[in-house]
Amino acid sequence: MPFACIFVPNFPVGAVLRADPELRAQAVAVFEGKPPLEKVFGVNELACRLGITSGMTKAQAELCSEVILRPRSPLRESSAHAALLDCAQSFSPCVEDAAADTAVLDLEGMKSLFGSLPEIARSVFRRATDLGLDVNVAVASNPDAAVHAARGFSGVTVIPYEKEAEQLGPLSVEVLFADRLEDKDKEEQKSKETLLETFARWGIRSLQALAALPEIALSERLGQNGLRLQQLARGTASRTLVPVEQPAVFEEAIELEHPIVLLEPLAFLLNRLLEQICARLASRALNTQQLRLTLDLENFSARNYSSENGSTRKQQFHRVLNLPLPMLDAKLFLKLLQLDLNAHPPGAPILKIHLAAEPARPRSAQGGLFLPPSPEPEKLELTLARIAGLIGEARIGAVELLDSHRAESFRMRRFLPESARKNDKRKTTTLTEETAVAALRMFRPPLKAAVTLTNGELVRVICSRKKEVQGNVLWKAGPWRSSGDWWEKESWARDEWDIALQNSDAIALYRLVHDLLGGGWFVEGTYD
Amino acid sequence: MSSAVFSTSAAQGRPFIFDGQDLVGQDFDGQDVAEVCPQPTGAELFSEARRPQRSVSVARAAFSDARLAAVTPASRLEVRPAPEMVSSGIAVMDALTGGLPRGCLTEICGPASSGRTTVLLAALAAATQRGEFCAVVDASDALDPQSIAAAGIELDRLLWVRCEERCEENLRAADRALEQFLRATDLLLDGGGFGMVALDMGELPPQKARRIPLTTWFRFRRAVEHTPTVLLAIERQSIAGSCSSLLIKLKSMKLPSENLARCANPEFPSHAQLMMKLEITAELVRSRMERKPVRSAEITFASKTAWAG
Repeated sequence: MPFACIFVPNFPVGAVLRADPELRAQAVAVFEGKPPLEKVFGVNELACRLGITSGMTKAQAELCSEVILRPRSPLRESSAHAALLDCAQSFSPCVEDAAADTAVLDLEGMKSLFGSLPEIARSVFRRATDLGLDVNVAVASNPDAAVHAARGFSGVTVIPYEKEAEQLGPLSVEVLFADRLEDKDKEEQKSKETLLETFARWGIRSLQALAALPEIALSERLGQNGLRLQQLARGTASRTLVPVEQPAVFEEAIELEHPIVLLEPLAFLLNRLLEQICARLASRALNTQQLRLTLDLENFSARNYSSENGSTRKQQFHRVLNLPLPMLDAKLFLKLLQLDLNAHPPGAPILKIHLAAEPARPRSAQGGLFLPPSPEPEKLELTLARIAGLIGEARIGAVELLDSHRAESFRMRRFLPESARKNDKRKTTTLTEETAVAALRMFRPPLKAAVTLTNGELVRVICSRKKEVQGNVLWKAGPWRSSGDWWEKESWARDEWDIALQNSDAIALYRLVHDLLGGGWFVEGTYD
Repeated sequence: MSSAVFSTSAAQGRPFIFDGQDLVGQDFDGQDVAEVCPQPTGAELFSEARRPQRSVSVARAAFSDARLAAVTPASRLEVRPAPEMVSSGIAVMDALTGGLPRGCLTEICGPASSGRTTVLLAALAAATQRGEFCAVVDASDALDPQSIAAAGIELDRLLWVRCEERCEENLRAADRALEQFLRATDLLLDGGGFGMVALDMGELPPQKARRIPLTTWFRFRRAVEHTPTVLLAIERQSIAGSCSSLLIKLKSMKLPSENLARCANPEFPSHAQLMMKLEITAELVRSRMERKPVRSAEITFASKTAWAG
């Protein structure tokens, strides 16, 4: 049974470089700790060549002008770890989360899908690179051999069956204890340090030397632990994977060193986050139907004082982008977020950006040759967002009638072609001369009218706001009284008239309303 | 010693003058010289036999020019296919105009209470019942949702863009509102996918509507060309000029004569009698659907309110 291991060397540095790809060609060192006791925690190869090592103080590292120092970011490491698991799970359903920087996957049965083992290894390497990770990939017949090969050899390594001892032999014994720094148990860490010292005293520096030791003598001195280490050195240890079912969480975050004020640099960072999220979703064949943006803002009102621990108080800004359908287009998402932020700006400098996507199954739609034209969902969403930016969100959409007799009892809701298709009920109508239904055109707001009454009869109507709506009442019908919501605070009562006015040009039919509660006369609309 | 003076003139048969004497046909010695190239006489120049040859040679010279060779004679031009026509929702209107053309601009103009909105809603109802999605860009936010539902429009298939008309007194705000209306129209037409896009400018004053430049209408027409979208504009007066392929003019309403005859008091028909048969008179002013010029035709049909009958 073949197994593959994906290992991210210098994981804290790798997480930083994933967020800032432009630093890949430069010497980078990551530090952690509280000032002034900050120490270098991880370095990349270029920084190592310049003499920067782990454990060095930040002040010492700063003496080298060519190295770029970045603080350690748990957020970025978490995102990088999630991306690592996404990469592994795009090839195999059985993935073990061995460490923050290591994932092991079972390749049993994958040859028929992805090709030979070298092809699979190269595909994994490419996929990880696409997700912004600089990784080592190794394939072996057991998980531990694959892990040690990935930690020891850079690039892509494939160990043929029963050649594990030969291939792993040149590696240093430290490969067996590479995860000792991550151990939270201090005693476990100390015992591993002791074993390393013991091997150093014996002159055992390579796995080949450890594998060549006599088993009985080794077990007498180091016990079962020593025998286990020897099996690992020979590449013969076998175990079953412990697959971890990770919840599908697609989040990316960036903490900014300097707050940003303008939306343009924010768009640049959002683009990067969106591309990473979309790549991770694509690796799992998923789309998204909701994007959640959270911005940590600098709180200006709290600037003059700080909290007890000395940190600056922050406030958060949330925006949720609901999509009509599951989609996966980073450019479209960026445009929609830009339009949304233009309409609802944060109002304060931004310190941190957190973007999350709700995963959803991709939509499946069956096209047809003879279907009537319909707008493309992605294009339509962008068009609606742009128009909403012009006239306001509440003034565009589909209309929904409310169950009320009050005037203007309707509301605007989101225009969703998909729901229209699902509720498609074709009505067949016979076109006759009498099919046309007379329509009413509304005046919004209703036109205030000055009404002349003679013996209680409407004689003349004048609207000062609209010159053409005035004249003698040629014909009238009414009133029709209606009222409602008398049990509510906003009760209403009105008399409606249909009138024909003779103005200078022609005759026109209007609806005249007398507000019984307010006492005013209004021309509500015209029959057209 | 005789000498001959040869010149191009002699070679061409033209007379040359020497010492003021005309020596046509003679050399210096006075001997006859045969003409090298006989010149046609004036009569010959204008003879019938000579003229066709001269015109053909000129025409051939013209057509030998590479640019002119690309000109296709009108008789060989391909006939542009007629646009697909769809029902307007009113049978007599379809009989008058043949329907509404796809990929073209149709204008329906008329004064208040002439039936413009009725025709608009009937067209939208027919489109939504065909399964198409429609959009209305409402310049004055004048549509009535109750009327929309009563006309039979499927509400899920209608996108309503409610632009806000600004008060006439604030010209800058009014300009901004008109700009929003045009920009929203541009965005919808660029997005595409709608079976019908209606521009409702029924409440816009003519002087304001005329400020929309013709280039804008050309752009709108160009955007729907070769698409299945029907572009319908409702206004008080025709403003799109030659950009519209179909122009229908509705006349101002009149109280129905037959109802007046039936009423007890002919001056005051009852509410139901009036609202059950509101007459709409439509005139086809222009149609580019046919090659021959269209004669102005008029039809009258009735509409009723939703609650009547």
